[in-house]
Amino acid sequence: MKIVRALARTGVAVSAIITGGAAVAQSGDVNVYTYRESKLIQPLFDAFTKDTGIKVNVISASSGLEQRIKTEGANSPADVLLTVDIGRLEEAVRSGITQPIKSDLLDKVVAPQYRDPEGHWYGVSMRARVAYASKDRVPQTTLTYEELADPKWKGKICIRSGQHIYNNALIAAYIAHHGGAKTEEWLKGVKANLAQKPSGGDRETARDVAAGKCDIGIGNTYYWALMNNNEPDKKAWADATKVILPTFQDGGTHVNISGVVLAKHAPNKANAMKFIEWLASEKAQHLHADLNYEYPVRAGIEINPTIAGYGKLNADTIPISRIAENKKAAANLVDKVGFDN
Amino acid sequence: MINAKFAGWPSLERWWPAGLRWQAAAIGAVAVAAAALAVAPLASLIVLAFGDTGDLWAHLARYVIPPALVQTALLLAGVAAVTIIVGVGTAWTVTSFAFPGRDALTWLLPLPLAIPTYIVAYVYVDILDALGPVQSLLRAIFGWRSAADYRFPNVRSLGGAILLFGLVLYPYVYLAARAMFQTQAGLFTEAARMLGAQPWQLARRITFPLARPAIAVGTALALLETLNDIGASEYLGVQTLTLSIFATWLNRGSLAGAAQMACLLLVIVAALIVLERYGRRRRAFTALGTDGRHASRITLAGRARWVATGVCVLPVLLGFLLPAGYLLHEVVGRGLLSGFDSNLVRYTLTTVTLASAATSITLVIGFLAVAGLRYTKHPAIAGCVNTAGIGYAVPGTVLALGLLSPLVLMDEALNSSMRALTGHGVGLVLTGSAAALVVAYVIRFLAIAIGFAQAGFSRIAPELDDVARILGAEPGRLARTIHLPLARPAIWGSALLIFVDCLKELPATLLLRPLNLETLSTYIYQFATRGSFEQGSLAALIIVAVGILPVVLITRYVDAATWGDGVQP
Repeated sequence: MKIVRALARTGVAVSAIITGGAAVAQSGDVNVYTYRESKLIQPLFDAFTKDTGIKVNVISASSGLEQRIKTEGANSPADVLLTVDIGRLEEAVRSGITQPIKSDLLDKVVAPQYRDPEGHWYGVSMRARVAYASKDRVPQTTLTYEELADPKWKGKICIRSGQHIYNNALIAAYIAHHGGAKTEEWLKGVKANLAQKPSGGDRETARDVAAGKCDIGIGNTYYWALMNNNEPDKKAWADATKVILPTFQDGGTHVNISGVVLAKHAPNKANAMKFIEWLASEKAQHLHADLNYEYPVRAGIEINPTIAGYGKLNADTIPISRIAENKKAAANLVDKVGFDN
Repeated sequence: MINAKFAGWPSLERWWPAGLRWQAAAIGAVAVAAAALAVAPLASLIVLAFGDTGDLWAHLARYVIPPALVQTALLLAGVAAVTIIVGVGTAWTVTSFAFPGRDALTWLLPLPLAIPTYIVAYVYVDILDALGPVQSLLRAIFGWRSAADYRFPNVRSLGGAILLFGLVLYPYVYLAARAMFQTQAGLFTEAARMLGAQPWQLARRITFPLARPAIAVGTALALLETLNDIGASEYLGVQTLTLSIFATWLNRGSLAGAAQMACLLLVIVAALIVLERYGRRRRAFTALGTDGRHASRITLAGRARWVATGVCVLPVLLGFLLPAGYLLHEVVGRGLLSGFDSNLVRYTLTTVTLASAATSITLVIGFLAVAGLRYTKHPAIAGCVNTAGIGYAVPGTVLALGLLSPLVLMDEALNSSMRALTGHGVGLVLTGSAAALVVAYVIRFLAIAIGFAQAGFSRIAPELDDVARILGAEPGRLARTIHLPLARPAIWGSALLIFVDCLKELPATLLLRPLNLETLSTYIYQFATRGSFEQGSLAALIIVAVGILPVVLITRYVDAATWGDGVQP
């Protein structure tokens, strides 16, 4: 009978959580589903609540949120979805869970290449895919993505899995510039130059460069800034490397965007609109730049000094939507050349 | 009296007098309900798999599946070898021998379970990678200047992955095997010893064959856990089938293709399980009762006792003490205690509540389903019991995706009936609350409860049931007074596994959690994805701490219960 009593007790506890969850979903707050780590954007949410009095409720996950919103259907509590990758924004639109945001204010401050022509998504901030180069062993200060396939780098390049979304988007951008056949050649060349099988994350890539395993590592802009400014035990890795902003031969540096969509059945639409417009405000854009070391999408916002120290960003002008179109082809090429094997 | 026999599938005679059959049927119905629960997410997965995938399979068959199959097969074979050697070896050692440190080691050995696999992978890469303490020391000793000057095995490799998974997952085999070794009637062992068998002969001829079903269950769980992993495999650069499913879903934008691959994976898993069952068909060994008389442990002397200690200390050291020590070092070094995140208290309560609820429900369903099979002996119930564990064979994120539709369907049914009754709906009660998580945990971990209960039941002689039945015990009473007590060590072993697995469950929790709900493992994860898992060290240690208490209590209880110096079965 002990078991029965224990069951009854846990039953009560679980019911408490259930009612708690239901209460959250009903009030007039704004409900945010996000691929961005909640801890990371919490300061942003707090600032929004302070400015507007609207409470932000959050679910963060690493995949599947579009599917969740779609399945939840008309009863979905989701008001907005925040993503960290262009692919997810397009996927959200494709699965029919969005509605046009329609905001003159946003159209004014967000440059056309960082928003959907139909207004289904807007960019919030940007990160660039760059090179962490060894200070000692890499004298050059400029680099092209094409050059990564040059045999002079044989055994000198480190990178995480080619199927990781950040690399997937970079390769998709390469296809947008050069077409599939040339990209395949390029991938083969880069693979031949790898010091080790793709593994780890961007931070291990920086560490491998610092350790002398390779000379060039490919990573996102903010990881280096985090190592340099926020993590004393990793400062040495940042110190041993410098960030080079590579460019395409006929373009600029590959950037990926974090963006926002408005859910089709948003129960708190007015609050959601306030939230989305607030994300593009000068204050929010500053927070993005300083807390998360990202590039603001709004022109005229000061870039964080560490990030500015990389040099002037000449962002690639190829439309983000064209990159999204090539994601599948990029994934297939990675398999075809056995990039990760 | 010794009664070991080759028991085939027991005859399908109708056991119960007509007046009692309903009870057996009611218990059997639990198995049916459990199977329905487990099948629900898979059904919606199959629906997803019917989507159009274009030329996807031509590509997959040519470039993706072959290398992924090879990598996956090698990884599984390696992990099986490591977990069996370590798990069975240590379980046998602590059960058969008395040696210095044995008592502490019995409860220390399961502890590697408590640390999420991907965290252990991060820790080992930090320790052993080029800038870690080990290689730095080597460089200082030998005067090498950089990592390019010498060769050092890379942890981020298939071999590294096999060792790491093996170190973290051997407790599944250990717990399963130990529960069996302990309940083996000492009579067998004593008889063999009297006939002059050496400990090793005893192990090879009696102990291991008797425990084979349990070892199979433990190994299967460890391997499914390996298949379920994404974080550690990607981090260590092992391209498994599971990773390919994710690339298909997220980069190729083909949920249908991913669902088809998940179904393929499921078929492979099912085939392996059937193969294993076939391998030990008609080889069920049972023992008549545990009368409290167990073989005494052999007290080791001289060098042998230190060898025994060493054999058992090594996995604890590598699988638990080293990673936990590293986390502790980070907690202190980063001042995570002085800058204590007070939310952690709430997250811990949430995590423990969810884990306790899910564990109790899973255990009850698992026990009743297996008991139902024994009381009805119906092939359909056997099918249900086998099906009910299937939730463990799909990766957690896939399970969560599949579970969304059935949950929302139930919510919609609830809403329309509420609307009919009260005039307005209640929103998403299941999907929007932690109930979704409990359901997901139960489905996911039923395989553990069922596997362990089956192993426990398989050791109870059918003659005991006969005797009880003849003496007039009805099914409910038989379950309570005979089967539950006799299967208890196995059930407690599974309780431990399920509880700790719930504590650290990540993929389903991430996708199915309600607004603002954070568990310890999602809390750790957000730092890990940001390239700074050390920031989550304190939360990881809390999982360990919460996991240790039940490990100690249950290990002690099982020892006392089976060694006769406490609770009599």
